[in-house]
Amino acid sequence: MSAQTLAAPSYYEIDLPHYRKRQAVNWAAFLLTGVCAALTISILFFILGYLVYHGFSSLNWDFFTKLPKPVGELGGGMANAIVGTFKLLGLATLVGVPVGFLGGVYLSEYGHNKIGFMVRYAADILNGVPSIVMGIFAYTVVVLPMGHFSALAGGFALGVMMIPIAVRSTEEFLRVVPHSVREAGFALGLPEWKVISFIVIPTAAKGLITGILLDLARVAGETAPLLFTAFGNRFWANGWMEPIASLPVMIYTYAIAPYDDWHRQSWAAALVLMMLVFITSLTARILLRERR
Amino acid sequence: MKRQVEEEINQLKAKILHMGSLAEEMIHFSMKCFIERESNFGEKVFKNEEEVNRFQIEVDELSSRILALYQPEATDLRTIIAAMKINSELERVADQAVNITQTCTLHLFKETPVKTMMEIPRMATIAQEMIKDSLDAFSRSDVELAQAVLKKDEEEDTLKAKVLSEIIGMIRKHPSQTKQLVDLILISRNLEKIGDHATNIAEDVIYMTIGKDIRHPQQQDPPVVSPSL
Amino acid sequence: METAAIMETPKTDKIAVEVKDLNAYFGSLRAVKDFSLNMLEKKVTALIGPSGCGKSTFIRCLNRMHEVTPKAWSEGQVLIHGEDVMKKDPVLLRRNVGMVFQKPQPFPSMSIFDNVAAGLRLNGLRNKSVLAEEVEKSLRDSALWDEVKDHLNKPGTSLSGGQQQRLCIARALAIRPSVLLLDEPCSALDPISTAKIEELILELKSNYTIIIVTHNMQQAARVSDFTAFLLLGEMIEYGVTSKMFTNPGNKKTEDYITGRFG
Repeated sequence: MSAQTLAAPSYYEIDLPHYRKRQAVNWAAFLLTGVCAALTISILFFILGYLVYHGFSSLNWDFFTKLPKPVGELGGGMANAIVGTFKLLGLATLVGVPVGFLGGVYLSEYGHNKIGFMVRYAADILNGVPSIVMGIFAYTVVVLPMGHFSALAGGFALGVMMIPIAVRSTEEFLRVVPHSVREAGFALGLPEWKVISFIVIPTAAKGLITGILLDLARVAGETAPLLFTAFGNRFWANGWMEPIASLPVMIYTYAIAPYDDWHRQSWAAALVLMMLVFITSLTARILLRERR
Repeated sequence: MKRQVEEEINQLKAKILHMGSLAEEMIHFSMKCFIERESNFGEKVFKNEEEVNRFQIEVDELSSRILALYQPEATDLRTIIAAMKINSELERVADQAVNITQTCTLHLFKETPVKTMMEIPRMATIAQEMIKDSLDAFSRSDVELAQAVLKKDEEEDTLKAKVLSEIIGMIRKHPSQTKQLVDLILISRNLEKIGDHATNIAEDVIYMTIGKDIRHPQQQDPPVVSPSL
Repeated sequence: METAAIMETPKTDKIAVEVKDLNAYFGSLRAVKDFSLNMLEKKVTALIGPSGCGKSTFIRCLNRMHEVTPKAWSEGQVLIHGEDVMKKDPVLLRRNVGMVFQKPQPFPSMSIFDNVAAGLRLNGLRNKSVLAEEVEKSLRDSALWDEVKDHLNKPGTSLSGGQQQRLCIARALAIRPSVLLLDEPCSALDPISTAKIEELILELKSNYTIIIVTHNMQQAARVSDFTAFLLLGEMIEYGVTSKMFTNPGNKKTEDYITGRFG
């Protein structure tokens, strides 16, 4: 007996006009989002390109090894600013990382209560404080009592800025460690502090280091707080009690000056700073991606 | 929750019950063959035997299947075990009925009939009842009925002893009929064995229902190590 | 009869774990109700029952892991080798009562060797040769030595699921507990790994008291000497495994074992 009923038309055939419309909308959305994504990336490349174009030619051995020349004279370099940036970031790490890290450990392991909630909230607010206000804070706390600008004050300012991010990133990466790892540690008859120190933290180690590196990269470019803490120095700064030069401040100082030579050096400094930040971020990402 | 294994266990039980009714018929027809000296009844016995044999294989296959696929526990497990044991008991009951029939057709019919059949028909009735009751107990998981079957075996044993002594007396009086009389002893033994098989079935039913193995009560249970409360 | 079917004991074997009227709570929810039972030394005791019946909660009370969960608490008495666990320092207790969890979880930051040595090292044992000896012994005891002896430095997480679980068992055995708690150790494993671990349990019981929680009845039937059936936080029946599975005393046990629910 042959089938007498007609086969029903397929959904595709019935719905063709709607289908076409849906396809069109799909394509439009794809293009729109794609263009925006491309725009985002292209801005980064634009900046990099601009920096390389303007700054690369001014990079030379002198730039990395010589001190700035007196006003009006051509040449010289930013050796002291480069070293100064490293010094300041080093001090900032010493100030910010222990506090931030241990705070993050507290929040992740013990902070499931009202106190934890308040600490988290405070850290988030602190994160949003404008960097210039941080600078004023450091000025009031360090510079005024000391009576003069110093690398100490600059490092302190940057360090305090590092704290909230360090706290949150430490907490997040420790949270990601599965509870079963902690339980396995407890089940071996280990006290809580040992479980945290020798099992949980090493497990999260890569993430924790990444968090610190990204924190550093962010803080490396802060200019405003350094303006009235580290201030700047045309010579080498001895120890920590003297004002000290740093790349961001030098960029600012040289960019607003009327000398072309200084403008070129400013581009070079910007390129170097950008490279520093870029390399740090890249290292962090690579670390995270390994052995996933 | 209806379980798949229940279907199969019910099938198994149905097969056993069918075998049981076949066996009962065989006892019945073998007796008719004996009493009326009519070999047609004998044919019926042999026909049933074929079917019983077939079912015996089916029961064993189905039991193995259930054990392998379902890993039955507790009551389900005991039911399967009981079914397999009852399976072989019923097959032997069928063999006994066949033996009775063969004794009749191959020997007794060729000789002059003996005057009385003594209690043999009564023994057969009891044996048949015992088989029926033990299988009813299996079907309904009825412990009391199973215990009644065990009790009835006493009656069967008494009857057998009576038959034996009567026949021995008759042999003395009519030595020419020794051959037939010995055959009668054999038949009574067949019937007594059927009764024994019925009691075995009843014991299996009790094990299946309440998990107690009541065979050989004079042997002590070995001490079992277990935790206390 | 609805009460638990317990057989009389001739007391020929020693009792390792005594539990009296144990109640375990999560906040106000009572997950374990009035538990009492004794578990014998160097035997395997299995706890079976449908999900949510309290068997994991109960086993975690034995090494005081239960109270690690926030808002979890318990009352009642648990004696392990005669010592009240609530009066003992939980850290010391857990060195004697080891635990293996459902999901194999080697420490991710450590190699195979370090994983097994973790319990010993972090409890103060530093001597390298002693550590190496103990690690080898534990790996042999958990039937993993031959598979890993040539790459003890590989990370713990590079092993297959079944091997990882045996690694966790080795890690637990390294500190030489007397009681081993296994919380559904094979749930996450394939049948062959499961079979290997069941074999392992049968070997281990000559040296350790083993208590295993499992949702697989057949597993309990295969490996345990005694089985307890739990339902909704209560213990329904507890007895010799072979009797439990051939002729359970309680109808609820029978229904669970034959698959009528659960």
